[in-house]
Amino acid sequence: MSQHLHDPTQHEKLDPAVLRDDTTFAAGRIAFFQYVIVSVFLFVLSGFWNLQVQENEIYTEAADRNRIKSTPMLAARGKILDREGRVIVDNHSSFSVILSRENLKEEHLPAIAAGLNLDLEDLVARLRRWKSVPKYRAIVIKEEMTPAEIAFVESHNDPDTFPELELAHVQHRLYPKDNLLAHVIGYVGEVTENELDLPDFAKYNQGDVIGKAGIERQYNDILMGTDGERQSVVDSKGNEREVIGYKDAIPGRSLQLTIDLDLQIVAEMTLEGRKGAVVALDVRTGEVLAMVSRPAYDPNKFAGRIRRKDWDEIVLNPDKPMFNRAIQSNFSPGSTFKPLVALAGLEAGVIDDKTTFQCSGGIQFYGRYFRCHARNGHGTVNLQRAMAQSCDVYFYNAANLMGIDKIYEYGEQLGLGKETGIDLPFEGKGLMPSSKWKARTLRQKWMGGDTVNVGIGQGYVNVTPIQLAVMIGGIANAGIWSRPHLVKDPNKREVHKLSVDPANVGSVVYGMYGVVNLGGTGGVARLPGIDVCGKTGTAQLYGYDVRARGSVVAKDLRDNAWFVGFAPRTNPEIVVAALFENGEHGNLAGPMVRDVMKVYFDKKARNVQRVPTLAMAPLGQKGFAVN
Amino acid sequence: MASYRTLRDLDWALLLLSLFICGLGILQIFSATQGTKWHNAWWKQVAWVVLGLLLMWLISSIDYHTLLGQVPVLYAGIVVLLLLTFVIGTKVFGARRWIALPGGVLLQVSEFAKIVIVLMVARFLTELKTDVLHWRDLLKLIGLVGLPMLLVMKQPDLGTSLTYLPILATGIFLAGLRWQYALILGIVVAVLIPSSWFLLKDYQKSRIETFLDPSRDPKGEGYQVIQSKIAIGNGGMWGKGVTQGTQTRLQFLPVPHTDFIFSAFAEEHGFVGVVVVLGLYFLLLMQIVQNAQTSPDRAGMYICMGICALLLFHMLVNVGMVVGRMPVTGIPLPFMSSGGSGMLSVFMMLGLVHNVRLRRFVN
Repeated sequence: MSQHLHDPTQHEKLDPAVLRDDTTFAAGRIAFFQYVIVSVFLFVLSGFWNLQVQENEIYTEAADRNRIKSTPMLAARGKILDREGRVIVDNHSSFSVILSRENLKEEHLPAIAAGLNLDLEDLVARLRRWKSVPKYRAIVIKEEMTPAEIAFVESHNDPDTFPELELAHVQHRLYPKDNLLAHVIGYVGEVTENELDLPDFAKYNQGDVIGKAGIERQYNDILMGTDGERQSVVDSKGNEREVIGYKDAIPGRSLQLTIDLDLQIVAEMTLEGRKGAVVALDVRTGEVLAMVSRPAYDPNKFAGRIRRKDWDEIVLNPDKPMFNRAIQSNFSPGSTFKPLVALAGLEAGVIDDKTTFQCSGGIQFYGRYFRCHARNGHGTVNLQRAMAQSCDVYFYNAANLMGIDKIYEYGEQLGLGKETGIDLPFEGKGLMPSSKWKARTLRQKWMGGDTVNVGIGQGYVNVTPIQLAVMIGGIANAGIWSRPHLVKDPNKREVHKLSVDPANVGSVVYGMYGVVNLGGTGGVARLPGIDVCGKTGTAQLYGYDVRARGSVVAKDLRDNAWFVGFAPRTNPEIVVAALFENGEHGNLAGPMVRDVMKVYFDKKARNVQRVPTLAMAPLGQKGFAVN
Repeated sequence: MASYRTLRDLDWALLLLSLFICGLGILQIFSATQGTKWHNAWWKQVAWVVLGLLLMWLISSIDYHTLLGQVPVLYAGIVVLLLLTFVIGTKVFGARRWIALPGGVLLQVSEFAKIVIVLMVARFLTELKTDVLHWRDLLKLIGLVGLPMLLVMKQPDLGTSLTYLPILATGIFLAGLRWQYALILGIVVAVLIPSSWFLLKDYQKSRIETFLDPSRDPKGEGYQVIQSKIAIGNGGMWGKGVTQGTQTRLQFLPVPHTDFIFSAFAEEHGFVGVVVVLGLYFLLLMQIVQNAQTSPDRAGMYICMGICALLLFHMLVNVGMVVGRMPVTGIPLPFMSSGGSGMLSVFMMLGLVHNVRLRRFVN
């Protein structure tokens, strides 16, 4: 140590500082200081050890999340075509705006909502619902953007303003105008939180657009594509630096329906302004050629995000436009049930072609008087005349003779009382009563009077229009019927066979031929040159007795009009069932069936694919293009 | 009197260590600023290092005793300059810390004040007649350091003003602080710190709050620390490689060439690189301590230890900050962070250390 060698006189020169030369006094404290240095380094180093070695994976992941942005590439849904390949549902290009939640600044939301004409509260609520979803998944906040909104996004999504906004080019659902086929097609919508909790929906992700009703729902797996993804590296400003992953979107597959647009359009026209349903089936295959339910709704309103007002308008409408009457409404079949009673009676042997009953306007059974719709009676009626004139007394007798369980046996085998199995969701079951059924559900004994009522399609029996079409088609086709279906696919065919005597079928069919062609109640359905067979039905919502008292019957309590017809008489091809709610009498439903059949046979005769000009004109004006 | 003091007598270990760290710093600045508006910061840094070496040589060639003799002048000068900063200072980000020199150079007076404070503390403690500090002297010294501290704090620049404290604290500690005094000082500080909370500016408060809980505001104050920690953690054991750090290159890391240069380094060079550089800093500080131990007199010892304490504090606060163990203060990392005033003052301080070393064999 040099300080002891040093000459003290030297300090005096360094005035004013009087310096002393020993540093040994602080040696211990300097050593202490060295330990401080060591501990500072260890303290700092332990921080690096912790971040870089112990928790390296967490931070590597965080760095990747920082820099890797994945942009969804939305897949287009498949088209829906009619049986001839004409497009029913297509997609159209539109822009959606995507909100990236990683870059989101809460304070931007009011300005964004204002620029995009969104409800701020709605937007905030939506973001809250997405809280549990990983942040790197972006949300579509507005679809079907107007040019002004697109311009807003393009001019504001720079790094300094709203980097969280991004435009996405998407394919959007375009449904036909004028509610055409609304109930069959259904609509799509974003999967809801509640749905995601259900096991059937587990395969979907938050934000997926899925079919909510009709074909869109039933065949969602086919129609829905697989969204693609684009992964890119971005910097802290959100600028893209490089694309590192690219997964193409796989569009959904197209679906060809059995629907014939020409028939469909005419069927829709026949129900214009009415409440009811029309179903046309190909008797041979079960293919649904047309299916209408009115009133209807515009599925296009659901294609984007449905507005509250539109939704309320649809849901609160007392006529229930969302309800697919063709497969969901359960009504008494009325006289359209008589062919089944006739067939069952013939098979049971309680009646034959020559059996006659006396109709004097009504008949007494089990201490109760059952009226015929003809006050003065039909006189002596055989089967053919009973069918043609829809004589109630004849069928009261027939039903009473064979008993309910015989009717049930045939009705059940012709598809009543259970779903037909059509490929649409939420099909109704109708009701085909039996003595067992009544004991089981009502815990009451089946009464003879119950059977008498069922004999004319009143009482407990209920059918959906599609069930009625299936049943009549099955009778016309000698007990063979196929499960009705909407998608053109031979594998969809499921044949049911009921063994019946062809002679008995012939008798019933002849009766139905008479309804239309031999001065029966369904004369309006006659088509020149074509053997149309059919049956009218007037299903009472109130019994004859209420009516007899002369009460004023409110419009929506008036009888439902039914008509079901098939053609040709031998080797039938098409069966059409029409329900005209509150339509008073079956012969008002007759023209609906006739018009649909006319298109079918006109097309067949001309072998052209276009609708006859007569039927086409009014709809063409409304703007639905049929290619 | 200079004939026997040659370049050969410089503390070469100290010089090489400092230059080596500077070199790594320049490399890191180059890597972190590629493709940004600071892309030429690296060669500016080279220029600052060269200028710093010149100043270092200049300082080391003037006997530190002569410098100590000029302390009153230097002290008065620096106080005047600090006051002047309030008047003619250039305002950047709301703080007047810089005096503009011709040629577009911004001079941060508070950085050079460090050197004066080191010298002032050294002279004050050397002139004491006793081996133990008395209240009078202690308060006088606190007042002398407190004045420039207060001025810098008002700029406002809390970070830099705090760097004067370790010089003072180390000086007092080495001069011999009675444990009773230490206790009383401790109590005073313990009382002052919570009450000073009310004197802090809002941004200073929020920095401390954010330090205590960075996730409080992940996009604002806490953002820097979170991104810095991600960058460091992302580096892992071996690092991502030069110019390969995504946090740095994609600008998630704020100011990766100045205050957060060490996180950029840690991302690209990993834990191994961190150990190496921290090791270099450790050796450098130990080398300065060694110079204190071999100092010919108390003044030299106080100078070296003051500088050592200052550098240690810088390192602790900056590296502690990037690793999330210290609040964000904006104190640069000596030798590595890009910036002129800091680099010059650090080399001038090294000049003082060399100065002491050159004069250890006095006869």
